Amino acid sequence: MGKHSVRISAYKELFAKILFAVSASAAILAVGLICVFLFMQGLPAMWDIGILDFLTGTDWRPTWNPPRFGILPMIVGSLYVTAGAILFGVPIGIFAAIFMAEVCPMPVYKVLKPAINLLAGIPSVVYGYFGMVVLVPFVRTNFGGSGASILTASILLGIMILPTIISISESALRAVPRELYEGAVALGASHERAVFWVVLPAAKSGVMAAIILGIGRAVGETMAVRMVAGNQAVLRMPYEFLSGTRTLTANVILELGYAADEHRAALIATGVVLFVFIMLINALFSLLKKKDGA
Amino acid sequence: MENDNKIILKNVNLWYTDFHALKNISMDIPSHMVTAFIGPSGCGKSTLIKSLNRMNDLIEGCKITGEFLLDGEDIYGQLDVNMLRKRVGMVFQKPNPFPMSIYDNVAYGPRTHGTKSKANLDEIVEKSLKDAAIWEECKDRLKKSALSLSGGQQQRLCIARALSVAPEVLLMDEPTSALDPISTGKIEDLVTELKKDYTIVIVTHNMQQATRISDKTAFFLLGEVIEHAGTEDLFSRPQDQRTENYITGRFG
Repeated sequence: MGKHSVRISAYKELFAKILFAVSASAAILAVGLICVFLFMQGLPAMWDIGILDFLTGTDWRPTWNPPRFGILPMIVGSLYVTAGAILFGVPIGIFAAIFMAEVCPMPVYKVLKPAINLLAGIPSVVYGYFGMVVLVPFVRTNFGGSGASILTASILLGIMILPTIISISESALRAVPRELYEGAVALGASHERAVFWVVLPAAKSGVMAAIILGIGRAVGETMAVRMVAGNQAVLRMPYEFLSGTRTLTANVILELGYAADEHRAALIATGVVLFVFIMLINALFSLLKKKDGA
Repeated sequence: MENDNKIILKNVNLWYTDFHALKNISMDIPSHMVTAFIGPSGCGKSTLIKSLNRMNDLIEGCKITGEFLLDGEDIYGQLDVNMLRKRVGMVFQKPNPFPMSIYDNVAYGPRTHGTKSKANLDEIVEKSLKDAAIWEECKDRLKKSALSLSGGQQQRLCIARALSVAPEVLLMDEPTSALDPISTGKIEDLVTELKKDYTIVIVTHNMQQATRISDKTAFFLLGEVIEHAGTEDLFSRPQDQRTENYITGRFG
């Protein structure tokens, strides 16, 4: 009987192993398939248009004859709103994280933490709606223009990346060994000085990781940006931040519904460019993590 | 120089919430001498040393009564806590260098207290590292991360960091417990050297260490000071049976 039960537990173990392996491969398979199909459908289009013309062309005229597929305005648009989101979101996010990890009393924390978690769970279309009814009129009346602009999208994205930046920075700050803080305080440093000059630098790589994940979210955000950015596929200069812009993501979602043939392929190729951006950001993230581990 | 008391404690009691950690302690800590606190784990010696620079303030539910005098000034009175900690430096059990360069580690203290000029900082960093007997080992790599140093070197760096703000008292909470014998020896030599300029209080689990480096020894048990005397007297002619039991290795 003993022998028998040993054999059963061996089967159980094998079954569990297979279950875990299949679950793990499902995720990898999904990424792999996305990769394969995106590149299979997008790369030939890029090739036909001419990779340089596609990436550096400033005209996006998919309905002209012959059509023009230059996505530089969208690449630049994505860069603008992402940079803007960093400008608004990163300082606020880091200060909020410091407040939560090192300053705020427990009763306040108990309200703040769930509020920030909630902020992370709000669907992006709701953010977009908030942007349309609050931020767009706000920018229009205070800064001019139509209100649907690079600036508006930057502010909205800045808010949207806050929960990512706050949560990850906060954990990074909390992970700093207490001994470092105590060492600073024991030298006569005030609480603030110990936090800003010892704890925060010690959490540097975690905070950088938070920023990079925030950037990833900003680059990939589609719906909310589409609702407030104006969506003109026009190459803008940085000082035109009150004008509308179109991001890579918005380009795909705006036109994919009716696009056919070459136009459709060009949109998928836009997705390829976006995918490469995200891969670069992730590579940067793992690079930082590796550096942190060493 | 001899025989004036740097720190005077009278009827000190300390509670962590409901736990009575220090019971009615009175003690004089003489200037320019090494006072060692010995006793089994959890007897209150680390707690007492931490209350001398108010590091216990960081612990929630810690309540302290009694008189703590530093050169006659009430440690828990008018004295600004940051100024107190500048005057009463501390070296911790585990080396805790900041994750920055060796230079910046030592410069952090003086910068905190307002030294800005590069020349002054350079001078303080060099003097502190020399006083902590680590200058020769790191003078060529001051810009390198402090974490690249060995454990023993890190602890001497932490001593240099503590010295950088020119304290009057140096508290050392089991500074060698995480170190190998050679590093321990270096730090013991250093302590003997440093007592010329500083008043030193050291917590140690190692009785040989107490006999090697201290002038006075206090034996703690369950939150009380059982015996406080010259180190030689305490170890050769203990007055209390419990002290004798402890130093002869019958418990602890």
